[in-house]
Amino acid sequence: MTTINVNKIERIASVVGGSALISFGLVRRSWPLSAATIAAGVPLLQRGWTGHCAVYAGLGVNTADQSQLPAQEVGGVPAGKGIKVEQHTTVNKPVNEVFRFWSNFENMPRFMDHLESVKVHQNGCSHWVAKAPLGTKVEWDAEIVDAKVNEFISWRSKPGTSVPNEGIVRFTAGPNDATTEVHVTLEYRPPAGVVGATVAKLFGEEPTLQVASDLRRFKNIMETGEIPTTEGQPSGRTSMPATPATPTMPGATAAPHSDQHGDAPIDQYKQQLKQEAKVHKEENLDQAEVGSDLSFPASDPPTNY
Amino acid sequence: MKALCWHGKNDVRVDTVPDPQILNPRDAILKISSTAICGSDLHLYDGYIPTMKSGDILGHEFMGEVVELGREVKNLAIGDRVIVPFTIACGGCFFCERQLWSACDNSNPNAEIAAAVYGASPSGMFGYSHMFGGYAGGQAEYVRVPFADVGPMKVPDGLRDDQVLFLTDIFPTGYMAAENCNIQPGDTVAIWGCGPVGLFTIRSALMLGAGRVIAIDRFADRLELARSSGAETLNYADVDVLDALKSLTGGRGPDACIDAVGMEAHGYGLDALYDKAKQTLRLESDRPTALRQIIMACRKGGTISIPGVYGGLIDKMPLGAAFGKGLTFKMGQTHVHRYLEPLLARIQNGEIDPSYIITHRITLDEAPAAYETFKHKRDNCIKCVIQF
Repeated sequence: MTTINVNKIERIASVVGGSALISFGLVRRSWPLSAATIAAGVPLLQRGWTGHCAVYAGLGVNTADQSQLPAQEVGGVPAGKGIKVEQHTTVNKPVNEVFRFWSNFENMPRFMDHLESVKVHQNGCSHWVAKAPLGTKVEWDAEIVDAKVNEFISWRSKPGTSVPNEGIVRFTAGPNDATTEVHVTLEYRPPAGVVGATVAKLFGEEPTLQVASDLRRFKNIMETGEIPTTEGQPSGRTSMPATPATPTMPGATAAPHSDQHGDAPIDQYKQQLKQEAKVHKEENLDQAEVGSDLSFPASDPPTNY
Repeated sequence: MKALCWHGKNDVRVDTVPDPQILNPRDAILKISSTAICGSDLHLYDGYIPTMKSGDILGHEFMGEVVELGREVKNLAIGDRVIVPFTIACGGCFFCERQLWSACDNSNPNAEIAAAVYGASPSGMFGYSHMFGGYAGGQAEYVRVPFADVGPMKVPDGLRDDQVLFLTDIFPTGYMAAENCNIQPGDTVAIWGCGPVGLFTIRSALMLGAGRVIAIDRFADRLELARSSGAETLNYADVDVLDALKSLTGGRGPDACIDAVGMEAHGYGLDALYDKAKQTLRLESDRPTALRQIIMACRKGGTISIPGVYGGLIDKMPLGAAFGKGLTFKMGQTHVHRYLEPLLARIQNGEIDPSYIITHRITLDEAPAAYETFKHKRDNCIKCVIQF
């Protein structure tokens, strides 16, 4: 007998998403891709229809039974229900400097892409505002669980938040005393359940990559005082009239103007991803943030980031 | 401003684009006075470097006058005439501190892409794909230079642009290639490729004490320049290179071999055809025809130095031969910053005038045509300099 282990909202999303994938596969009729799309759509539709998810069953996750969320009472992430990310970097600065910068949570929006602001209160609690999909915001309160100067800081969200999260960052001396190893472990429960993050991951909203680039920006600031960027630099993509080149050298021909993007395989791949994402987005598959990273790799960052 | 933009394979155009602006406190804006087309730009032109986007401004060998400075740049002044290393380096990370400038940790805004492909990201570079930072290049009227307090070097009065422009890339690249060979007095060094980097490698190997330099190419004009640079030459269209090198070195092989060719090597054997076919079908990203021959040619215990650019994967690498002969490999993007002062000194004391390799002086508007000429090595083209 199969039990219902998927909550109502996720079931509706699964039915919509599964149907979309199957329709897309049938309409597209490009067989390797269609077959894969249909193969992905069928279990998703089934999951929504029956309310049973084999993946959740395997992971011991149940989002249908809200009474199974005791951790909401104490804050943090309920065991077995979060997405865990670990990342490491070495900063070419002594531990005390690195710790000092990190321990002021109000610095975090400078290097964490998704954060809009962090406000630290007198009592040590803090209020976090993050940018969420579709131009919305997610807010939560967090508290320091434990900390030791120049060694570690751990924190968790307070009870009742929509994005339960917790983490620890450890600081150790690197190969010499002038350098610091930073080890971050964080766990969070995304708003739309495990499937939400899985779908997000498919489209580049990779939590591991996100933390890696946040940590890299932290290092950038510590070591150079700025974050390298190309945002706002000129390119031939900016809309200005092009002046055709005049061939003046032997054997030269004028290049035909066309709007095609590069031939490089990665461009074709990106185009393909974009196409696929568009279909998913239109069908409102789950609540995952799709499309935001599609310009990856990009010097011009996604606008809805 | 006008800038040379990449729009796809074999498609570069002079577009009118917005002027660059200061984006970070350590930036500077230069008005370009001279900028060159590099052999490695041809890898972009030929579409072999991934993560290019239509509209990217090319160019990584440039110099000019400082016209704007970020608030944190204290060592330069408006009006300074500077040359700029093509690799962008912060000066404060583990690697910069160890003079490994092209491995800088902090200059690539897209480090995660490069890390996914290479395991860790090299430094950012001007005009060389988004994987290496996506920075707009210097084949333009103006360019933005990040970490301008670290890279640019002021040019002493009395030196022409032509004399110092190649300090931005190809002269240090040739020099580092020779330095990587750990040349002992009297060594025989063989160099594949007599393009600009190959020519500077010949000169550098001799400066570093090589007894004999053997240069290999198939174009008469390049071989002629190689000879005038002090090398003996082999035309691989006429002779079997492995046999010829054996004969020239008493059967031992050269003490060091340098690949100044890179990922788009030409050759005449079956393996050259195999690589061309696989690269065309994108089954192989790089054509290591020259590199294979180099591994076979090098003497036991010798050194192979690779200044030629490789981007991805190669097939049929004779690693058994390299292992069996106990070869040492040295390679990588040039740590340009390290060589600016010592090589400038060699130019100032008259040891070398790097302008001798220039064959074409053009305007920016002529640059798209020059890419075609350079690619097909027409009109004896070896080095094009765009002058403003």
